[in-house]
Amino acid sequence: MKRFLIAAGLAAALLASAAPAHAQTDAALEARLKTLSEELRCLVCQNQTLADSSAPLAEDLRREVRELAQQGKSDAEIKQYLVARYGDFVLYKPPVKPTTWLLWFGPFAFLLGGALVWFVVLRRRGDTVNHGDVPESVPTADERTGRARAQALLDEAKDP
Amino acid sequence: MKALRYLLPLGIFVILVGFLYVGLFRDPHEVPSPLVDKPAPAFRLAQLGDPTKQLGPEDLKGQVWLLNVWASWCVSCRVEHPLLVQLAKTNVVPVIGLNYKDTIPLGRRWLADNGDPYQVSVVDADGRVGIDWGVYGVPETFVVDKKGVIRYKQIGPITPESLQEKILPLVRELQKS
Repeated sequence: MKRFLIAAGLAAALLASAAPAHAQTDAALEARLKTLSEELRCLVCQNQTLADSSAPLAEDLRREVRELAQQGKSDAEIKQYLVARYGDFVLYKPPVKPTTWLLWFGPFAFLLGGALVWFVVLRRRGDTVNHGDVPESVPTADERTGRARAQALLDEAKDP
Repeated sequence: MKALRYLLPLGIFVILVGFLYVGLFRDPHEVPSPLVDKPAPAFRLAQLGDPTKQLGPEDLKGQVWLLNVWASWCVSCRVEHPLLVQLAKTNVVPVIGLNYKDTIPLGRRWLADNGDPYQVSVVDADGRVGIDWGVYGVPETFVVDKKGVIRYKQIGPITPESLQEKILPLVRELQKS
């Protein structure tokens, strides 16, 4: 009886320790599949990730990704598997290569161009101010009579 | 220098308009397949007519053939189907059907109703071969050359234009080589 109890206790302990470990690897796999399928594009509804899409093809591809992951394939290998079939378009983050240089560096080139134009304009404006190219304004005849009238009115207001 | 000030924005504008104009006539659903000019992915699938027999690309080496991906649930397959039936009558090129994510009874009935242009149809019930071939929108049609290399992929239904201007000229050229 005692022996049986010890055996039962050991078995229970073994089960208790095994179960969470299994659940943990499952959770890790699920988390990995989730991040992976968020980086992949569904080809049917092109603005959705594989994780978000409910298209039949997306379901199939999720199944395929899961099986590859369970076979011990790395993330890179799984992506390579899909790229070989569907092209770079399945990746939400396109790889950097000559055909995508414009995509990756275009915005920075535009930013640089804009900064250059801004710099040139500012410098040119600075030049004109420093060189005194803008003529000093000389009051016209109209302005002079206007000022004189204003002054007269002010004087009148001062000493009634 | 002063001319540049006006020509530069105008030039950028013209380039932008050019890009947008070309974009108007491009279908974003047509994603170029990386499989073109690559060996056709292997498979060995049961035949729709007689599931005890199997067929694969290996059996078709030495001839130019078309692989047409179809399904009884696919609406636009009905659009291109009369063209395939017509093509089959001319005996220019064998057409193999890939019955994609369908059931055997439904597939057979569909062929009985609409005509069977296929030399053989094979059953890809779970769509795995479809994935290997990069199928994402049925119907799709592949042109495979004598060495078993994919030379062209048509995404979406075949049209009279695509058949006469692309597929058939390519088939004739490949048959000569």
